[in-house]
Amino acid sequence: MEFGPILRALLRNKLGVILIAVQIAFTMTVIVNAIYIINQRGELMSRPSGTDESNLFYIRSIGFGENFNEELTVADDLGRLRQMPGIVDATVINTVPVSNSGSSSGFSLEPGALESIVPSAIYRADHRSLNTMGLELIAGVDFTEADVLTRPQSSNTDADTVIITQALAEELFPEGGAQAAVGQSIYTPSQQAIRVIGVVRQLQAPWTLWPDIENSVISPEIVIDGSSLYLIRTEPGEQDRLMPAVEEMLAASNQQRILRQLRTMSDTREESYRIDSVMTRILSVVIVTLVFITAMGIVGLAVFSINRRRKQIGTRRALGATQGSILRHFLLENAIISGIGVIAGAVLTIAFNIFLVQTFNMPRIGWYYVPAGMLALLLVGQLAVIGPSRAASRITPALATRSV
Amino acid sequence: MFIYYVRLALLSYRRNPILSSLMVLAVAIGIGAYMVIFTLNYFMGGDPIPHKSSQLHHVQLDYGNPAFPDFDPPPQLTYIDTMALLDLTTDYPRTASSKFVGIVEPANPEIRPFSVSGRGNFSDFFTMFDLPFQYGSGWHRSADEGRQQVIVLSRELNEQLFGGADSVGETVHLHGYNFTVVGVLDTWTPVPKFYDVNNGPFDPIEEAYIPWHLIVDLRMDRSGNTNCWQAPEGDGFQAFLNAECAWIQFWVELQDRNAYENYLNFINSYAAEQKSFGRLQQPVDQRLFDVNEWMIEQEVLPDETRILSALAAMLLAVCLLNTVGLLLSKFLGKAPEIGVRQALGAHKGSLFIQHVIEAGFIGALGGVLGLGVAALGLEGIKILMGDLIVSDWMQLNLTVAVVTIVLAIVSTVIAGLYPIWRACNINPAIHLKLQ
Repeated sequence: MEFGPILRALLRNKLGVILIAVQIAFTMTVIVNAIYIINQRGELMSRPSGTDESNLFYIRSIGFGENFNEELTVADDLGRLRQMPGIVDATVINTVPVSNSGSSSGFSLEPGALESIVPSAIYRADHRSLNTMGLELIAGVDFTEADVLTRPQSSNTDADTVIITQALAEELFPEGGAQAAVGQSIYTPSQQAIRVIGVVRQLQAPWTLWPDIENSVISPEIVIDGSSLYLIRTEPGEQDRLMPAVEEMLAASNQQRILRQLRTMSDTREESYRIDSVMTRILSVVIVTLVFITAMGIVGLAVFSINRRRKQIGTRRALGATQGSILRHFLLENAIISGIGVIAGAVLTIAFNIFLVQTFNMPRIGWYYVPAGMLALLLVGQLAVIGPSRAASRITPALATRSV
Repeated sequence: MFIYYVRLALLSYRRNPILSSLMVLAVAIGIGAYMVIFTLNYFMGGDPIPHKSSQLHHVQLDYGNPAFPDFDPPPQLTYIDTMALLDLTTDYPRTASSKFVGIVEPANPEIRPFSVSGRGNFSDFFTMFDLPFQYGSGWHRSADEGRQQVIVLSRELNEQLFGGADSVGETVHLHGYNFTVVGVLDTWTPVPKFYDVNNGPFDPIEEAYIPWHLIVDLRMDRSGNTNCWQAPEGDGFQAFLNAECAWIQFWVELQDRNAYENYLNFINSYAAEQKSFGRLQQPVDQRLFDVNEWMIEQEVLPDETRILSALAAMLLAVCLLNTVGLLLSKFLGKAPEIGVRQALGAHKGSLFIQHVIEAGFIGALGGVLGLGVAALGLEGIKILMGDLIVSDWMQLNLTVAVVTIVLAIVSTVIAGLYPIWRACNINPAIHLKLQ
């Protein structure tokens, strides 16, 4: 029907078509990839750590002076903490999940089999760590007080029992998983045999970007190294009240130390993922700005091309074209231009995504992003020209008879 | 003539304010966004010590065990290698350095003991990296080997302990030992923190500096990264020192090509010798890195800014394409006026200059507004980042401002070339007929 004339009219203004089409192609590339990055970061941020995060906080105690006895202080502190009303449980631990700081090693099924070693984070905590973190034991048993080894930092002999995560169990024992792991011995790089006594459903390693983030072990150890980190789980809603109370209690019970890093797990998570949330917000601003600019550009060029053709529009109206057909003309014209744009955009989007995937090791974009982006930009184009097109459709047929 | 053309540009702006403002806005947003990323890259990926970055070299050895799949060689050195290199590197300024944390017990009983972040290093550290001093200076070379308990304080720590007074000669009680203050640093915020990119390249500098040997002698609590690829043999601190555990950074200053060649030969033969003893089994591609090479090797520039750079470039492209279209509309819209000017004797050259100036005018306005957009953007990022990194540097400086305005004008004029060419080639007769 009107397709032929529209196409021929467009061919008379090739540059205008190219300008808008290329703009739409770039806009689509940026927007689709930005949304993909936002979603991907969102997925990273929403991974659970496996712990009862909202009710956990921690505080570090560093002793000083000749008379400070770390071992006695830890025992005394934990005793006091566990008696405080509102506290579910407390443990002394080397680091907390999601904090981006910690210790890692690897384990193998045969002593000295370095090539088959499976990397894992190591949490060193006393026997109350599972209850404190709120971990779910899916096989085997929890630690008892007898399992706990208290050792100086310079000792390299580990405790001889361990609880591991399900992911680690499945990687070490692909056949039987969690059930098969319990009771088995695994070996440290220094060839010490350690017996797996239990498996927990989930406990993330501390580093948010670590590829093996689900691989963790808990070793029942208290390391005497000058500084003790207490992880404390409260009853729901008690955290705000207990944080200052705990600090006061610890400060009063022993003067030979300083207390640092009184923080909640929620704050720790926020800080560890802050880059991701900043990225998400920047990209959102970019998307909104870009849609606005592109839409304004389409409006500007449409107004211009309509103004240039006022006489022709008047003539068509005088020859019997209805307002609706003028409106249709310009909407269709834009649809053709945008169509060219989004096809180029689809190619560019995928090319840019391949660049992201190869350069930054990101997962590939889902197939549905591209058609969704094409549709969205076609819609933006139509919305942008609807105003100018309606103005065009109201041009009076009388204009055809005037000279300017 | 220039003034006249600027006035024409202003008139033309007024006649078509919406279209013109749209162009200015597009240029401002495109340039502003690009400049935000430019500033981030300029500082985060820039050369933090331009006058000697090619002289300072970090040493990397062939660490790891070929049995471990995908093992990246740790960027730091082991105690054994550090001690060997210290003994053998006597002709050049060099420093080992490692981080620690320690508790300071102030003499004034009213100040509670507190913990400080510290660094063990050699006396050359201060001169190699150009640390600015407010009072005193670094310690003498003899203090390194003499293991003297001397200390250099950061400006902030000096303010905390001594109220900002000249504290040279005073005593600081750190980690249970008495240290004599020999120097106080002035404010220093290297971005990135190039001398230690392995422990937070955008972290603040340390608060206290002591001779490196004391970290081992006084058993300071080390706080930097430690990577081991072989379990220590036996228990105890000495076993750890002897183990294949990397925790020490090693820098050497090589002032010319000759020194570089000599030192490279030396490092290569050291690595070969150790290999023959059964150590250093995992070969590396390069053993000496200058500051900039090292920052690239250690991927100091975050992925985020690299991704945003590409996106910002595309955003700028969209904005400029927009400007091309809008300028085209605008210039062709004034065809009758151009016709009249041509009929009155203006030749193509002067029409061309007039429109270049008009495009440049739009670009300049866009650039100025773009500065505002960039300032706003940087402020926004600073607020979002909070205390995650040192971000005092995140602001516009003169270089960035000049680049912004120039980039805005040049890119708008380039975007305007085709519209200008079209405007200069209008057939005056048609438009005069219509008048």
